[in-house]
Amino acid sequence: MQDEPTPIELTKSVADFLRNDITPLVSGHQAFKLRVAINILDLVTRQLTLEEEGDEKEVERLRALLGSDGSLTDLNRALAERIARGEFDLATPGLAEHLWQTTMDKLAVDQPNYASYKRELGRGG
Amino acid sequence: MIEAELSRSVARWCPGATGATGAAKLSGGASQETWRFDIVHPEGPIGAILRRAPKGYGAAPTRAAGLDAEAQLMQLAYEAGVPSPRVMHVLVPEDDLGTGFIMQRVEGETIARKILRDDEFAAARPILARQIGGVLAGPHKLLPSKLPELRRVTATTEIGEFERDYHSLNWPKPVFELALRWLRNNDPGPSAEETLVHGDFRNGNLIIGAEGLRAVLDWELAHLGDPMEDLGWVCVNSWRFGEIDKPVGGFGSREVMFAGYEAAGRKVDAARVKFWEVMGTLRWGIMCGGMMQRFREGPDHSMERAMIGRRASETEIDLLRLLAPRGR
Repeated sequence: MQDEPTPIELTKSVADFLRNDITPLVSGHQAFKLRVAINILDLVTRQLTLEEEGDEKEVERLRALLGSDGSLTDLNRALAERIARGEFDLATPGLAEHLWQTTMDKLAVDQPNYASYKRELGRGG
Repeated sequence: MIEAELSRSVARWCPGATGATGAAKLSGGASQETWRFDIVHPEGPIGAILRRAPKGYGAAPTRAAGLDAEAQLMQLAYEAGVPSPRVMHVLVPEDDLGTGFIMQRVEGETIARKILRDDEFAAARPILARQIGGVLAGPHKLLPSKLPELRRVTATTEIGEFERDYHSLNWPKPVFELALRWLRNNDPGPSAEETLVHGDFRNGNLIIGAEGLRAVLDWELAHLGDPMEDLGWVCVNSWRFGEIDKPVGGFGSREVMFAGYEAAGRKVDAARVKFWEVMGTLRWGIMCGGMMQRFREGPDHSMERAMIGRRASETEIDLLRLLAPRGR
């Protein structure tokens, strides 16, 4: 077991330093690059916070849908192949719900400000 | 130092010109660059843009029409009254600038978020959806016999290319598979008419002024195909920049764009437009994957490129909104 602070806390401290102390000091293209850098650290923080629980639930849903077991990547590959072969489609019970939930979980990490995501979040699933 | 070559070049083909100043690179990948500069002229400076492939980078990527074709298309569009920069000069070997062309610089804004938010464009925004419809009719009306040699694209060939690109990413994405399947099942077949298709007509590639659309840029993906492709692409959610209830670039409704297109003497096939919107959403998603691959494999190890890889999920939610919408 590693000591603390956790990776989430460490990453967040760097992001906050860049945001609060460095942003006022740079301009132009460097300011643009700095914003991108801060966005990356914020994304990493969100992923470290949300990934474990999201992945666990995704694996559970995939097992139920596919009736088989494997790593998250293997299960996604298997689902992709079944859709490609036409064995699964939007009429397959649980498929649309699974794809929606998985996609919402990705957006929560990747782009929580994306307008489509905010609209769908407002629907409450 | 590019100013020395530009100065020698403009002196040869621009009567009265005595030099070139203020050269600044606006964008540049490994194979293509865009520069702005001013031609020094006794009657006052002339704003110009250089698009070129530097020496040693002649080969165009497979999807691109090539700089010569691009110059020819822009000139044809300009002559047909499409708002488009006038091509002033096509580079020749004596210019020592590589291959490409020099065009008139049109002042205005291209950054979509500014166009959609800033007060300066408040009067332009409500008229742009209709204007975009009218302007899009322009390239579709150009006579095929006058066009340079271009790639031919049908829905079927395009789906095949997407499948190949997607599989080469080795990136299992059930939502992309669902979209590919939908596209195969809903392929409308070859278009009854084959026209010039701009190929990248969207908010971000248009120069906008306070009064509306001033110029259409980025003709490099032009090809022959279904004109409805352009109408679908301009509606892809990624180009609405947050204004998700205004499909046409964040400016207005499809119906208003269709009215502008039909007022310019052309017919709309709304089902085909919808098909190409789905296609375009997937296209941008796969392009995001390509950016991730280029980041990972080294040619462009920038943070921006890395982050675009993480935007593929935006296209996944948009594909689900199109194909599996939840209760309204």
